[in-house]
Amino acid sequence: MADPTLELEGAAALPRSNGEPVFSAPWQSRAFGMAMALSEQGAFEWEDFRVRLIAEIADAEAAVGGPEGIEDEDGSLYYSRWLAALSAVLAERDVVASPELAGREEEFRTGVRREVY
Amino acid sequence: MSLDHDHVHAEHGHPWSPPSELEARVRALESLLIEKGRATPEAIDAIIGKYETEIGPLLGAGVVARAWADEEFRRRLLDDADAVLGELELSGFEAEHVKVVECTPSEHHIVVCTLCSCYPWALLGLPPGWYKSPAYRARAVSEPRAVMAEFGLVLEDGVRVTVWDSSADIRYLVLPLRPEGTEGWSEERLAELVTRDSMIGVSRPLEPEAAAA
Repeated sequence: MADPTLELEGAAALPRSNGEPVFSAPWQSRAFGMAMALSEQGAFEWEDFRVRLIAEIADAEAAVGGPEGIEDEDGSLYYSRWLAALSAVLAERDVVASPELAGREEEFRTGVRREVY
Repeated sequence: MSLDHDHVHAEHGHPWSPPSELEARVRALESLLIEKGRATPEAIDAIIGKYETEIGPLLGAGVVARAWADEEFRRRLLDDADAVLGELELSGFEAEHVKVVECTPSEHHIVVCTLCSCYPWALLGLPPGWYKSPAYRARAVSEPRAVMAEFGLVLEDGVRVTVWDSSADIRYLVLPLRPEGTEGWSEERLAELVTRDSMIGVSRPLEPEAAAA
């Protein structure tokens, strides 16, 4: 099967080193793995995610006056947009509703919940 | 079964520190997907493992191999791992302290994070799915010998076992016993014997014959 990450080009291309995707924190790799796993099992079309990711990155660039305003040495901005695209695609398909995600996020943020599983 | 000379080391405690907004969102999403049966941690691990090679057990294995080959390095590593890893530029991933615990013929070490999944990932790559499982986190403390046996590591009764409970503040790296029959080996050859699991303490490094194959 073709590697779907290779379809991500230009500003949407994965941060890589020597051709391999690099993650500068575990949350980035979890976000990456979730999107790939859900796409593989058919929760959404990779193309729909790709389009959404490009739009999210374009929004982020516009917010700082264009691509040259982007500073993202550790990939945090890229993977925050990745996560936004994934959340949006999953909400559109009623896999995870936005309020449900926001509620659970608050539980982790405040320490009410600490276990992923 | 728990031998009375085995003990759990957790004097550093395990204070909870709030995750960043993005960390919280990722955890929230993963936990919901698991609950809904849309994803499993193992499937996500497998995908990440397929892609991710930059940060991996290689870094930790290099450190262990050097400690085996270089006595001065070994002493400094055990004394102040943060300083040594800092010099190697291996500590810049998170604000964390690393402590290296050394196995000897009479003492063995095993690492767990009983409350979540703290892990020296800058050295060992991403934690394996089993490390985060509730079963491992509970049983590594209550019956470490049984857990190790399941990984194929059977210790003699006289060997003392210390269980190290990782936290957000301090993470442990096991310096395993150097395999016999590796005298005079280069660091590069030695590093090939060092597995991720041996640096968590659930198994031994590979035997020289295995690496020669």
